[in-house]
Amino acid sequence: MNQTPGAQESAVLTPAVDALRPKRKPSQHVTHFLKAKPLGAFGAIVAVVLVFVAIVANQIETIDPYKTDAEFKHATPGTAERWLGADSIGRDVYSRLIHGSRISLYVGIVSSVIGCAIGLVIGVGSAYFAGKTDLIVQRFMDSMMAFPSLVLAIAIMAALGASLHNVVFALTIVYIPSTARIVRAQALSIAEMDYILAARSVGANHWRIIMRHMVPNCMALYIVLVTIHLGGAIVAEATLSFLGIGAPPDVPSWGGMLREAYIAGIDVNPWLGVFPGLAITIVVFAWNLLGDSLRDVLDPRLRGTGRGGV
Amino acid sequence: MQTYIIKRLLLFIPTLIMITVLVFLILRFIPGDPAYLVLVGAEEGEVNVSEKVLAEMRAKLGTDRPIYVQYADWIWNMLQLDFGNSYHYDTPISKDLKTKFAVTLELTILSVLIASVAAVPLGVISAIKQDTPLDYASRIITFSGIALPTFWVGLLIIYFLVLIFEWLPPLKYATLWDDPWTNLQQLMLPAIALGYFNMAFIARVTRSAMLEVLREDFIRTARSKGLTERLVIARHALKNALLPVITVSGYEFGRLISGTVVIETIFVVPGMGRLLLDAVYHRDYAVIQAIIVVITTVVLVVNLILDMLYGWLNPRIRYT
Repeated sequence: MNQTPGAQESAVLTPAVDALRPKRKPSQHVTHFLKAKPLGAFGAIVAVVLVFVAIVANQIETIDPYKTDAEFKHATPGTAERWLGADSIGRDVYSRLIHGSRISLYVGIVSSVIGCAIGLVIGVGSAYFAGKTDLIVQRFMDSMMAFPSLVLAIAIMAALGASLHNVVFALTIVYIPSTARIVRAQALSIAEMDYILAARSVGANHWRIIMRHMVPNCMALYIVLVTIHLGGAIVAEATLSFLGIGAPPDVPSWGGMLREAYIAGIDVNPWLGVFPGLAITIVVFAWNLLGDSLRDVLDPRLRGTGRGGV
Repeated sequence: MQTYIIKRLLLFIPTLIMITVLVFLILRFIPGDPAYLVLVGAEEGEVNVSEKVLAEMRAKLGTDRPIYVQYADWIWNMLQLDFGNSYHYDTPISKDLKTKFAVTLELTILSVLIASVAAVPLGVISAIKQDTPLDYASRIITFSGIALPTFWVGLLIIYFLVLIFEWLPPLKYATLWDDPWTNLQQLMLPAIALGYFNMAFIARVTRSAMLEVLREDFIRTARSKGLTERLVIARHALKNALLPVITVSGYEFGRLISGTVVIETIFVVPGMGRLLLDAVYHRDYAVIQAIIVVITTVVLVVNLILDMLYGWLNPRIRYT
C-alpha cells in the first residue's frame, strides 16, 4: 500500500522492458559483434585463420621445416619446390613460416592466459583482503612493474637459459603485475557489493568468496586483458628469439627466422627478412584490432587505459 | 603540492629497494656455481675444476659469504657507484657503463625528440580534421606504428638504405663531442626506428585527448567570445590535451629503453643495451645485475619527474 508510484510503475514495466530487450542466442552475439565492429571482425577472422593454420601446419607444409638442403641454399622466392625461398642452410621458408605460427600461438596463448589468470587471482585477492595485505601486494606489484617488461624478460632468460619453455615462463611473469593492478581496481568495487556480504553471512570462506563470487565477475575484464596481452606476447617472443635468447636456432620461430636473415647479411637474400616480419605484423595488428573491439564491447570502462580505440 | 611530492618520493624509495632485491634474487636462481662459470666460461660441457681453485674463485667473487652479506655489500658498493668487476672480462663495470650509458641516453633523447615533434602535430591535425582523409591517413600511420615490431622496423630501414640508396652510416662510432656530424649520422636512423612506435603511441593519445577536450564547455566559451580557431586550439585545447600525453609517455618510457637493447644490436651502436646482451651471451651476471638496476632506476626517475611535472602543470593537483 505504501509503495511509491515510481516503484509500482517499475514493477509493471520490468517485464515489458525485458520483453523489449533483444534476446540473443550465442550465435547472434557473434553476428552482432561482426556487424557492430567490422575492424574487430577483421581481427577475429585473421585470428581464426592463424589458429587454423597452426592446427593443420603438418598438412599444408610442403617440406619438413627442419630439413636442410644445400642445393636450395638462399633460393629466392618463386623457386620450384621452395616457393617462398630458402634460408642460408636451405630450409624452406614457407614451411617454417607455417610452423612458426604454432610457436607464436603457443607462447602467446599460454603466457597470456596463465599470466593474466595469476594476475586476476592476485588482484582480486588483494582487493578482497584489503588493508595491509593489499598494501604489501601492491608495493610488490609496483616494483615488478617498474622493470621495463622486455628487460625483465631478458633478466629471467639470462638466469634460466634460452629455451621455448623459459620464454613462456618469463613472459608469464611479465604479465602478472599489470593484470593484477587493473583487476584490483575493478575488484575493489565488487568487494563492496551486497552479494559479497550475503555470501560471507551464510558462512562462505575466503577462498569460496574469491573464486565463486568475485573472480567470475571479473571474467569480461580477464578476456579483454588476455586478448590485448596476446599480441604483445607474440612480439616479445619474436624479439627474444631475434636477440638469440628465445627459441633455439633450429626451432622455426618468426623472430628466429629474422635473426638468421640478419646474420646471413642483407645483400645475400633480402626476402628472408621480409616474410616473417610481415607475418608478425599482420598477426599483431589483427590481435590489437580484436582486443580493442572486445574491450569496447565487453568493458567500455577500460577505454583510455593503454591502447586507445581505432 | 608539497604533500603530493612527499608522497611520491616516499613511494619511490621502497620501490627502488624492492627492485634491487628482485634483481639480486632472480640472478641467484641460476642453476650452477658462478665461480665455475667464470673459470670455464659460458660454453656447454663438463670440465673438471679442482675444489681448491673453485674455492679461491668463490672467495674472489665473494659468493662464499651468506647471501644477505653479499646483498648488503653489493648495495653499499653501488651507492658509491662501484658495480664490481665483470665476470667475463674482469674489468671494472662502472668505467664501461659510464661511456655506454651516455650513448644510450643520447639515442633515447634523440628518439623522444623525433617522436614528439612528429606525434603532437599528427595527433592534433587528426583530431581537428576528424573523419576526413587526413585523419584516416594519420591513423593508418599511427596504427601501423603500433603493430610493427621495433626490430623489424630497424631491419627494414637497413634494407632500404643498403639495397636502394646503397648508403650505410659510418661504421666507426664517434662521440657527440668529438665529431657531431658523424655521430648524428650514426644515431639518426636508430633513433627514428626506435621512435616510430613511440610516435604512433603519442599521436594516438594526443588525438583522443584532443577529441575529448574539444567537446568541453570552455572550448565553446573560447569560441563564443570570438577567439580565432588557431588560438582556441593552441592556447585552450592543446594545453589541456597534453596533460594525459605526459602521463602516458612516462609509461611508455620503459618500452623505449627496452627498444634500445634491440635497436643497438641491429645498428651496432655501442650502448648499454648491447652491453646487456653481450653480458647475457657470456652469462656475465655481475654486468647484467648492474645494467638492469641502472635501467630500472632511470625509468623510475623519469616517471618521478613526469609525475612532478604533471602535478605542477595540473592545478587540480597543485592546490591540494
